[in-house]
Amino acid sequence: MDTVTLEGTEYNVLAKRPESLTDKPFTYCPGCNHGTTHKIIAEVIDELDIQHRCIGIASVGCSVFSYEFFDFDFISVPHGRALAVATGAKRMRPNAVLMTYQGDGDLAAIGTAETIHACNRGERVTCIFVNNAIYGMTGGQMAPTTLLGMKTTTSPLGRDATRIGWPIKMSEMLSPLPGAAYIARVSMHDAKHILKAKAAIKKAFRAQLEDKGFSMVEVLSNCNVNWHMTPEDAVKFVKEKMTENFPLGVYKDVWEEEKAAKQPKKEEG
Amino acid sequence: MPMIEILDDACKGCLLCIPACPHELIHNTKAKLNKRGLYPVEYVDPEGKCTGCRLCAIVCPDVAIRVYKEVKKKSA
Ligand SMILES: Cc1ncc(C[n+]2csc(CCOP(=O)(O)OP(=O)(O)O)c2C)c(N)n1
Ligand code: SF4
Ligand code: SF4
Ligand code: SF4
Ligand SMILES: [Mg+2]
Repeated sequence: MDTVTLEGTEYNVLAKRPESLTDKPFTYCPGCNHGTTHKIIAEVIDELDIQHRCIGIASVGCSVFSYEFFDFDFISVPHGRALAVATGAKRMRPNAVLMTYQGDGDLAAIGTAETIHACNRGERVTCIFVNNAIYGMTGGQMAPTTLLGMKTTTSPLGRDATRIGWPIKMSEMLSPLPGAAYIARVSMHDAKHILKAKAAIKKAFRAQLEDKGFSMVEVLSNCNVNWHMTPEDAVKFVKEKMTENFPLGVYKDVWEEEKAAKQPKKEEG
Repeated sequence: MPMIEILDDACKGCLLCIPACPHELIHNTKAKLNKRGLYPVEYVDPEGKCTGCRLCAIVCPDVAIRVYKEVKKKSA
């Protein structure tokens, strides 16, 4: 553990900026959980000691500058194409650890095809999917993940299922595909859930390191600015409304499945 | 004794750390402006109640909180 001496007293440092982040301050709005998500990813990368092997794929969205904030190699790609580029990079550099960082507009709208096929092919890449139920960067348009009744600039009366369908559930959709090794949905609404999210992200990277297949963590996040809420209210909205529509949990766990397959079958009767 | 440090210029004044602290040690005093023109929160702990639980640092989106705990000196 790091120590510092302040006014003659020696202290252990229990929390500080992870090594896998640069010194650049995040450009996100105050209270935006993109920052929190970056921080826990960097902590996981530090703990797994894989910083020197990581290649990040920066998608388009508010996190478009994520290559500035993580301290390892990055490729900046067009909107929606992150998992296609990650596939190519991983195949050329099988020892690299590939991470895509994608919003819901990126992963679940324009990039749906890339997402489904990367998962179905069981690409050994780790996808961090930040679901804030909106297109944040472009000014708050409706995303496929927007909740019913939610007002956005392109659904000013609130999302109405009969006209524009239902919020899309990517974790539930992808987990039945045989290429999926680890799929979990986590939330960033309080410290306990942030720690759970960190554990899930670590497992997702482990799935890649152990060559198990595709891994994705869906992070329920906020966009207080385009939701027109204070950060505190936005976090409450994630806790109450987002988790109600998008249930938290592990949707696919290859290690659990392997364990179950090894158990001797119980005899009937 | 554990304590925290708020990095004034990194803090964006989102206030998420305030309800996270079980001992109500972080306050929105608006006593000073930072380089960004925002009000950083302040750590006020005259009685040394901080337990070093890190909850404030975990919820901070801008990595603006450092948590310290005194190194225990081994008695001879
Ligand atoms: C090919 C292409 N189409 C559309 C856009 C415009 N665009 C930029 S970001 C974005 C959506 C961002 O939303 P999301 O992926 O959810 O990220 P967030 O900002 O919410 O984190 C869109 C539609 C673009 N940059 N490129
Ligand atoms: S617009 Fe929304 S998602 Fe983008 S940085 Fe601001 S709060 Fe975060
Ligand atoms: S470390 Fe815990 S007790 Fe200390 S200020 Fe932070 S939340 Fe409060
Ligand atoms: S959570 Fe971080 S950025 Fe927000 S007010 Fe507290 S110290 Fe400042
Ligand atoms: Mg979004």
